[in-house]
Amino acid sequence: MATAPQVKSLSCPNCGGGVQVRGYARTLNVVCINCLSVLDASTPELQVLQTFQAKERIRPLIPLGSRGKLRGDTWEVTGFQVREILVDGIPYAWHEYLLFNPYKGFRYLTQYDGHWNFVSTLRSLPEMTTSRGRPAVRWMGETYKHFQSATAVTAYVMGEFPWQVRAGEQAQVADYVSPPRMISSELTSGEITWSLGEYTPGEDIWKAFNLPGAPPPPKGVYANQPSPHSGKAKAAWTTWLILNILLFTVMLLTSALTHNELVFDRSFQYSSAMKGEASFVTEPFELKGRISNVEVTISTDLKNDWAYFNLALINEATGQAYDFGREVSYYFGRDSEGSWSEGRARDRVIVPSIPPGRYYLRVEPEMATEGSTPGFSDHRVGYRIQIRRDVPNNFFFWIAALLLLIPPVFASLRGIGFESARWRESDYAGGSGDSDE
Amino acid sequence: MNGRAAFCPNCGAPVRFLWSSAVQTTCEFCKSILVRRDLDLERVGVTADLPGDASPIQLLTEGVYRGKSFQVIGRIMYRYDQGAWNEWHCVFQDGASGWLSDAQAEYAVSFLTQPPTPLPSPTEVSRGLQVSLYGALYEVTTLTEAFYEGVQGELPFEYWDKSRCLFADLRTRDARFGTIDYTETPPLLFLGEWVDFEALKLKNLRQFEGW
Repeated sequence: MATAPQVKSLSCPNCGGGVQVRGYARTLNVVCINCLSVLDASTPELQVLQTFQAKERIRPLIPLGSRGKLRGDTWEVTGFQVREILVDGIPYAWHEYLLFNPYKGFRYLTQYDGHWNFVSTLRSLPEMTTSRGRPAVRWMGETYKHFQSATAVTAYVMGEFPWQVRAGEQAQVADYVSPPRMISSELTSGEITWSLGEYTPGEDIWKAFNLPGAPPPPKGVYANQPSPHSGKAKAAWTTWLILNILLFTVMLLTSALTHNELVFDRSFQYSSAMKGEASFVTEPFELKGRISNVEVTISTDLKNDWAYFNLALINEATGQAYDFGREVSYYFGRDSEGSWSEGRARDRVIVPSIPPGRYYLRVEPEMATEGSTPGFSDHRVGYRIQIRRDVPNNFFFWIAALLLLIPPVFASLRGIGFESARWRESDYAGGSGDSDE
Repeated sequence: MNGRAAFCPNCGAPVRFLWSSAVQTTCEFCKSILVRRDLDLERVGVTADLPGDASPIQLLTEGVYRGKSFQVIGRIMYRYDQGAWNEWHCVFQDGASGWLSDAQAEYAVSFLTQPPTPLPSPTEVSRGLQVSLYGALYEVTTLTEAFYEGVQGELPFEYWDKSRCLFADLRTRDARFGTIDYTETPPLLFLGEWVDFEALKLKNLRQFEGW
């Protein structure tokens, strides 16, 4: 059998202009590029089926007749239509390119606001189901959530089609998404056609069809656009987990490496009724090793009372003093809501970066003077001071652990923001955003 | 598939059968439709020139389906208001006869199957109707009123004087495919599946200029 010629050239019975048919006998309708008449390509005389008036000529981004290799096969653009839906009275138009390969048949490219989908018709039927109370379809083990239903109107047609096309033709369309895929149903004259759209970056289309310049930048978030954040958030949490493990390992190691040496441990008594100078100095003790911290613990027997300790760690040789004050208070009782307590009878403070040497502690306790508690003329406290050299200080590790949380939390927030932007364009806008991606 | 030779009663050209069970064939010279009557061929009509056809499949195209090789030996072409489609008659290496349909380059392989239970009648059948066949649930997705446009080559039955045909297309949740052919009473059932063009490993295909 002879090779089928590539292009059949005919003339438009309406305007006499040249009409080319690239889809062989598969082409049923062809649109005259001159006068925009829809012609019946299955009849030799190209009967005029419709002439339509377009407000303006719309130029396809991929010219008719372009060929490109997409997903392993070569496709020729043979048809182009603009379809639109009305949402709250506002028209939203998208472009549909019909792709043809004489062996592989037909595919489609859709373009809306710079977002592209490679579309093929489904051979098997999706199953209607629900997902979290909303309609959904299940296909090949995957659930696609209902996104939008609308009436689509064909606003503009160019090129040739293997089915009947008319400007003004209506179809009931519904989209179900599972990024990066989307399943769409189209209902025309009682028949449902199911198709699968796969989100395709504009750059891939430009490369495939060798188009000049750059594709129009995508605007907003499209129904089945894969979230650039979902993977990142996951990766960020994985990194967070690894860093945390490292951090806590280091924390445990440094804790194990500290000397944690008890260098001073003595108990004292104080009473506000005591006359004379309350301050005293302790006997000296040795702080060994490198420059390191010193932990001072004050354990008291305070009950419903407070005490204040002016403290100074003084180097015996140089006289250098590290002054600090600690308030210890412990109150408790019962009221209508049960027992309560406030404060602690024990206080712990870490004085950082103390050079080695012989030190002593100057202590000056203070308590409320008489009259503050009726019936008690003086306030007493028994307390014990313990000093440890080179103790593990995990404070900075906890700060680091908190800081480490920032990137994954932000990544997750961005992901949630992306998902809510996606669903803002759906029939479920304003409802509880579906953001479980 | 030994070629049993006969002669066209109309033009005398040799007619070779590729398939011993063929009931009908066409003379490739004078386009006569020839039906076997015992040892003779009876000319029952003439097939119109098949109008421009876009199928990449042609007579003598070879392929493989489920490990069995087959050859295309005949076809029926139908036209309906949304275009045309071909049912290519294939004979398999084991002598079985099947159909490779090409509708808008969507390909399906199916075989004549005995219905397990009576099929819905033409008046009962409707879009969305569910039919359980051999444990699978099929849904009637399309009802097509088609016109018989022509035949070519060898067919397993006489198929030349039919004009209006009603077909019910069946689909499932997996890639199974079925057709109920209402040109006969009781209707005929064809069951099979959708196939990928590549998977059929077709040879001797038609060439398209520039492709």
